[in-house]
Amino acid sequence: MIPISWYLLLSAFLFACGVIGFLTKRNIITLFMSIELMLNGVNLSFIAFATRLQTLDGHIFVFFVMVVAAAEAAVGLAIIISVYRTRETLNVDRVNLLKL
Amino acid sequence: MTITLPFWQPWLIPILPLIGALLNGLFGRKLPQKLVSGIALFFTGASFVVALAHAWVLVSSPYAMLETKYGTWITAGNFHADFALLVDHLSLIMMLVVTGVGFLIHVYATAYMEHEGGYYRFFTYLNLFMFFMLVLVLANNYLLMFVGWEGVGLASYLLIGFYFRKDSAANAGKKAFITNRVGDFGFLIALFLLIQHFGTVRYTQVNDILTHFGTEPNAGFLTAIGLLMLVGACGKSAQIPLFVWLPDAMEGPTPVSALIHAATMVTAGVYMVARSNAIFTRAPLALLAVAIIGTLTSFFAATIGITQTDIKRVLAYSTVSQLGYMFMAAGVAAYSASVFHLMTHAFFKALLFLGAGSVIHGIAGEQDMRKMGGLRKYMPWTFGVMLIATLAIAGIPPLAGFWSKDEILWQAYSSPFGSKIFWAVGAITAFMTSFYMFRLLFMTFFGEYRGGNDNAHNTHHADAHGHHGTPHESPWMMLSPLVLLAVLSIVGGFVGIGNRFEHFMDPVIQKVEEPHTSNLESALAIAAADSKSEEHAENKGLETALMGVSVAIAFAGLALAWFLYIARPELPAKIAASLNGLYELVLHKYWIDELYSTVLIAPLLWFSRVVLWQTVDQKGIDGMVNESAVAARDVSAVVRQQQSGLVRSYAGWIAAGAAVVVAYMVWMGTR
Repeated sequence: MIPISWYLLLSAFLFACGVIGFLTKRNIITLFMSIELMLNGVNLSFIAFATRLQTLDGHIFVFFVMVVAAAEAAVGLAIIISVYRTRETLNVDRVNLLKL
Repeated sequence: MTITLPFWQPWLIPILPLIGALLNGLFGRKLPQKLVSGIALFFTGASFVVALAHAWVLVSSPYAMLETKYGTWITAGNFHADFALLVDHLSLIMMLVVTGVGFLIHVYATAYMEHEGGYYRFFTYLNLFMFFMLVLVLANNYLLMFVGWEGVGLASYLLIGFYFRKDSAANAGKKAFITNRVGDFGFLIALFLLIQHFGTVRYTQVNDILTHFGTEPNAGFLTAIGLLMLVGACGKSAQIPLFVWLPDAMEGPTPVSALIHAATMVTAGVYMVARSNAIFTRAPLALLAVAIIGTLTSFFAATIGITQTDIKRVLAYSTVSQLGYMFMAAGVAAYSASVFHLMTHAFFKALLFLGAGSVIHGIAGEQDMRKMGGLRKYMPWTFGVMLIATLAIAGIPPLAGFWSKDEILWQAYSSPFGSKIFWAVGAITAFMTSFYMFRLLFMTFFGEYRGGNDNAHNTHHADAHGHHGTPHESPWMMLSPLVLLAVLSIVGGFVGIGNRFEHFMDPVIQKVEEPHTSNLESALAIAAADSKSEEHAENKGLETALMGVSVAIAFAGLALAWFLYIARPELPAKIAASLNGLYELVLHKYWIDELYSTVLIAPLLWFSRVVLWQTVDQKGIDGMVNESAVAARDVSAVVRQQQSGLVRSYAGWIAAGAAVVVAYMVWMGTR
């Protein structure tokens, strides 16, 4: 049986990839994908623990995360489209009207 | 207690004018003038009718007073104050005077104010005044009385400043209000002392508790309460040293001067002293202060009245002087005489003011008596009623003023609290009263008309009545109240014949049992009482003699005025010139206004501006607020650097924070 630490390492690796992508990229869509990556990294550790502890709690959490992520994708993509229509750019550094 | 009264709803009496005020105040702007005056007249008239019905019911019932409770107002521990009305013989007279004279003045005002702007506003204030005045006189406790007391002050302020576009009127309103604040301060502290010592402000309870007290030998808390009440009464009733506001209050329309500043509101102080007679009689020192202040005020106001040339100002000083009379009477414990004079004064002084208003109305708003004269020909009715009122106030028998003034002088002389000095000063004042009133009458109605058409109405007038041409008689709407008041001024005194009025007031005036003999006044009281019983017949003769003296005095004043203003009209100027210094002093009202403004007002203004405003407020309070705002701004200037607008920097901070939390948990786990 594969030890749980492997799953956790893979999960941490995915999450770190997401964080690094989020912090370094400027394109909104890339940021969005990085967020999904982070969510899935977290999902992986939930599933790993759920399997290990033989409970359903982790699974339920994962379903919730996936539902929220799906909703977020729908709303987020809509926002991205409207941002692009008004600002003609997807560079987050230039979408800073709320800055003081 | 099983007797059922045919009709007993005293709450209607104050509420009816309030409804009138609300209707006119809320909708009056859109209503036609006739309807506005109709509303005002209907509700005051209805109030008068209800008051009459209640007076009849009370007098024909076996009760001396009836208290009706409508609800609890304040309950705090053992202290209670109710919404409750008390009708006894004192408040009965007051409510009849207020509603009766008030109604007549309302009738007069509908014609007098016809051409004025703010017609509905005027009647709203006037009805509001009636409401508060009736609350004042019908309240069953000092706290509710205070509500009315403040309310009439408000109405007075609003009506003095009725021509608010004129600076002098606005300032006069402020002056009246602020001067009254000084008095109210005294009244409030008296209230607090009452609550502290008696635990109640209800008249009946206070009087019941007081029956256990004897006369205070020295200055105790009853004296303190009495003196503080006197301060309040001085403010409201324009006594020395707080009388300065009343002459200025003549800036208001003439019906207001008649109703508020002559007949009713200014007598509130007298009413309060009479209502608190149980306290004052037990505090001879406070009583003495009342008498001295009243005597001084009546004397000095009369001297000022002699020199004034503005017809309304003469009447204003006359009012102050007559109020002084009432205080003198109250101060010698002759409360019923004081209330008697209050009533007769309400009749003839309202008549004088309304007559003066009719004169002003007839000659294009002129108020300077030097520009009048000979008006007898042009306005015979006004002349007739003014003559009656002047005879009444001068104390010529058998008119109303004679009976009440004579009663006061007799009491000042013979009362156990009285003295010959009070009588002497009162008699001199009576002479001056007769003199300046006939001076007013002669200057206004006799001789030749000195006005002419020389833009008189542009120079000096409070009531902007822009009629041109020769003087003319006023309309019947104005004259009929005058005639009714003239009738009252003639017959109003007859109720006092044979001490009937005094006996009527008996249930209200509490007698003090077991007077303290160590006290000088009380010793005098006993002595006087003893001598009274022994020398009753002699007293009767003395009373008649003094009555003769006061009549002679009144005629002497008449004769002197006739001599100076009809027979030898060039003399007054010569006399004024020969008494230059004294004349100037009196003409300028003893420089009291100037004295107050340098000694009191200027330092107060300086203190308010420099210390309170520029230091405490601007530097202290504003400084505190401003400094905290500056501090918040400085802190946020640093902190807001974090809000860069870069989403990735936020994310970086979140990630860093999460990393720190994870690191901490891991570290905790490994320990």
